[in-house]
Amino acid sequence: MSAAAEPRVLPVGRHALLVEVDTAERAQALHAELLRRRAAGELPPVREIVPAARTVLLDGLDDPGALAADLAGRPVPPLATADGEPVVLPVRYDGPDLAEVAALWGVDGDEVARIHSGLEFRVAFCGFAPGFGYLTGLPERLRVPRRATPRTAVPAGSVGLAGPYTGVYPRSSPGGWQLIGRTDAVLWDTGREPAALLAPGTRVRFEVCG
Amino acid sequence: MSGLSVVRAGALTTVQDLGRPGHAHLGVGRSGALDGPAHRLANRLTGNPADLATLETTLDGCAVRPDTAVTAAVTGAPCPVRIDGRPVAWGAAVRVPAGSVLDVGRATGGLRSYVAFAGGVAVPPVLGSRSRDLLSGLGPEPLAAGHTLPLGAPRGPSTGADAFPWPAPPVTGLVLPLVLGPRDDWFADDAPRVLARGGFTVSSASNRIGLRTDGPSLTRVEDGELPSEGMVLGAVQVPPDGRPVVFLADHPTTGGYPVIGVVPEAALAAAAQAVPGTPVRFVPVRA
Repeated sequence: MSAAAEPRVLPVGRHALLVEVDTAERAQALHAELLRRRAAGELPPVREIVPAARTVLLDGLDDPGALAADLAGRPVPPLATADGEPVVLPVRYDGPDLAEVAALWGVDGDEVARIHSGLEFRVAFCGFAPGFGYLTGLPERLRVPRRATPRTAVPAGSVGLAGPYTGVYPRSSPGGWQLIGRTDAVLWDTGREPAALLAPGTRVRFEVCG
Repeated sequence: MSGLSVVRAGALTTVQDLGRPGHAHLGVGRSGALDGPAHRLANRLTGNPADLATLETTLDGCAVRPDTAVTAAVTGAPCPVRIDGRPVAWGAAVRVPAGSVLDVGRATGGLRSYVAFAGGVAVPPVLGSRSRDLLSGLGPEPLAAGHTLPLGAPRGPSTGADAFPWPAPPVTGLVLPLVLGPRDDWFADDAPRVLARGGFTVSSASNRIGLRTDGPSLTRVEDGELPSEGMVLGAVQVPPDGRPVVFLADHPTTGGYPVIGVVPEAALAAAAQAVPGTPVRFVPVRA
């Protein structure tokens, strides 16, 4: 790792810090390291630790200045190899954009299902809606653009692709991702503990069904 | 369990408490009462702890009928308060007899009134909070005529408040302190001066998610796309049209437009009470 592994720390108001790194992978590693340090009692009290594409936000700090100095000089250790089993989501690969994605990938629909279900993904961060995870793990050559015109209603359980991410819509909502299939898995249920099936750091595999 | 029936829902009346912090990493925002001090005061006047749920009205109040006698208090935006048509005190504990109608009238200043009931509005909590989050859809639906809402058991005697802090609603305009960053370097050097000069007004498109502004637009010097990053309460995000948006309680947890600065939480109660058309200026300070 180069010196660029040392993060850049930006102030956010009086009680928060935005810690920025240069790649998505380092952002995930930084998030994992911050969770490890919090669990080990090595962080001051913090209300929210919010990972995103290249950053981790720490909100609800009493003294962000002291933590900023600590974080800025500390290289981010690489992401540890995950242990345990990933969450497996059964998918019917029959989405309305399957042919479009197949054309972009230069394969047929069955091959899209085979490729997508053969990869392992990791939830980089959540946003957009409760329980909506942005999953990384798609090779660069398989990235597809968002739809030119977003749909006004995407059904719950729809599996989509956009840029470097794949993801599953936890509930019906508007959306611009290219939809390749659908899962019956319940991504978000506030009556369940935990409510979110996918949280930042969760590993995910998709499985062809039906 | 005793309860309330909704006689008149008003333009937008929601159940609110102190929100659901701690879930932003799952895409769940904080939510909660926009005017925190007014929510707390209404609870204090009715003998409730601060975390019990109140009703937050928008501009034209609401009317409810409790099925048992209950102590209530209306705070926040000043407004006429009536029980079965008879005027009673705003900003004080009042006794509503069983079956009588408590009518919270149209705000005479400000935007959002808070109605507390001894025992609190006791809808089932979602992730530890009874707040309605209009962005994520969590929490109870906004009130509608004919709805009933459960009330909790009163906990303690109501406070005979003879004096209490009341932040006056903005009259001449909203002045918002703004701690610059994290993305102030995405804007032209004159952006802090533009913010300080004012000439902004509160847009009618404002809601619990954000206070939108009309008026000057800020010039971006960084043209790239900002990868999504975490957003805080009070963040001033600048979308492509250049018009600042101040994030309020139901704001998204991540966003892809640059945040030029953050309004400290203590200043947001006044922002929650600013009606559309209110002049706005910012007081930028370096972090």
